[in-house]
Amino acid sequence: MKTIDPLHKPGHAAGSPVYLAGRSGQGGEAANPRRPYVRPMAGWWRRNPFFVRYMAREGSALFVGAYALILLVGLIRLAQGEAAFNGWLAALQSPLSIAFHGLLLAVFAFHSWTWFEIMPKTMPPVRVGGRRLPEAAITGGALAAAAAASLVLFVIVRELAR
Amino acid sequence: MKLQVRTTHSIRVAGDKAQRRSPEPIFWALFGAGGMISALIGPMLVFITGIAIPLGFLLPADAMRYENVLALVQNPIGKAFVLAVVAFFFWHAAHRIFHSLHDFGIDAGNGARLVFYGSAFVATVAAALALLAVGF
Amino acid sequence: MQHALNESIEIEVMRYRPEQDKAPFLQTWVVPCTEDMSVLQALQYIKDHLDPTLSFRWSCRQAICGSCGVMVDGIPKLSCKTFLRDYRGRIRVEALANFPIERDLVIVMDSFMEKLESVKPWIIPKEPRALEQGEYRQTPAQMEAYAQYSACINCLLCYAACPQVGLSPDFVGPAALALLHRYNSDSRDAGAGERMPVVGAESGAFHCTAVGYCSEVCPKGVDPASAVNQAKGASVREYFLGFLGKGGGK
Repeated sequence: MKTIDPLHKPGHAAGSPVYLAGRSGQGGEAANPRRPYVRPMAGWWRRNPFFVRYMAREGSALFVGAYALILLVGLIRLAQGEAAFNGWLAALQSPLSIAFHGLLLAVFAFHSWTWFEIMPKTMPPVRVGGRRLPEAAITGGALAAAAAASLVLFVIVRELAR
Repeated sequence: MKLQVRTTHSIRVAGDKAQRRSPEPIFWALFGAGGMISALIGPMLVFITGIAIPLGFLLPADAMRYENVLALVQNPIGKAFVLAVVAFFFWHAAHRIFHSLHDFGIDAGNGARLVFYGSAFVATVAAALALLAVGF
Repeated sequence: MQHALNESIEIEVMRYRPEQDKAPFLQTWVVPCTEDMSVLQALQYIKDHLDPTLSFRWSCRQAICGSCGVMVDGIPKLSCKTFLRDYRGRIRVEALANFPIERDLVIVMDSFMEKLESVKPWIIPKEPRALEQGEYRQTPAQMEAYAQYSACINCLLCYAACPQVGLSPDFVGPAALALLHRYNSDSRDAGAGERMPVVGAESGAFHCTAVGYCSEVCPKGVDPASAVNQAKGASVREYFLGFLGKGGGK
């Protein structure tokens, strides 16, 4: 793994001026007064609250992955038989697990919010009556759809659990 | 006398590597599927499996008992649903974390691609095998 | 709060003189300002009255030429369209982020010119059309499909707003991809087959991680983030159709 050098010039770290190709023919590097300066990118995301929020949004993926892993372990335990699966169920009831799922819930909610917030830009524009639907309508509609889908899921689980 | 200035890694100079077709369309589509499913029902899933049922809050505490979950994953629709959730969540996470490495200035390259997307692939296969093992 | 006439403002300007400076630094001047004065006018005041060596680009003074982009307090802005009255006491003006600095506020934009050229930002008709065949005709809906992207003035604020441009200088970037999408969406154009390889390349649209800040800073109301993501969608369709042997493929 290597850090990114915006000029892709070996031997010149970002954050220092770089002597570029000189005049072809006579003269050489010293004769070229141009020394474009490339600013370093380190810590770029701390420079703007917009970027901090973006990084938090991307960080939610760690928690989505963690939850997927918990479910996968449950699935494997299930395939191994009742005793193994009951162990997984017992682990879910530990205070640590409950607390972690509380954190997961908060991060997932943040993920949902940010996912639908950027969705007007990530999905093709929706035109109603020849006019592009406003961004707030798309985000609002998607949040309503998420609420409806979640409610349906909850009702199905409650019916199945009877 | 022509002043020749190469100021950044030009796309023409970069040539082969930069213009090579990216495999990203596959990963981006899988990432999007996982992102959409987790945004729609992720919070509720976490609430049901990790909070409501373990605490017996709003749902019976034995709702996830062995026979119930077995019946769910032996049903074709239940099987497909569980596989979709687990696999797409993994692909979503793998893609975002891979790109976050780049955001932190680590040019992770194809090795990291293999590690992250490979993990998602292994997890998908493991979930599929477990779902096959429980029967129909 | 608005400045009264003849109030003054402290302006920190990034300086970089390649023949003598190892790295850029900030130089502070006090500039008298009026309520209707832009950041560009403040820079011109410095050049005319305080230090004639200060270098910056400008031309039209009315947000159409796209020359005068700078970072104002860390945000990409057109200096002609940014007014001192919206800032209190002190402002910082720096060269556009994510580009090498040639001198002071002047950036090196050669890479952008190459990227722009690579997307073939002109109409590529299906077949040659003679003058006597008359003009192309378009319905309002056909025009609406691309009109907002044609408002781009190549000012590069979106490049300065895009961390992926800074992290991967190869990345074609928001404005060029928005223009690519603009021509691909034009009913008169049949050049999508020539442009799609740019979208699907390693240096193409999939560098974008939907930060979305490009669309926030655009001074012309263009939505490059939407264009880039629509181009991604088109690339995905093309990719999978290619597997079925139906798409244009490479």
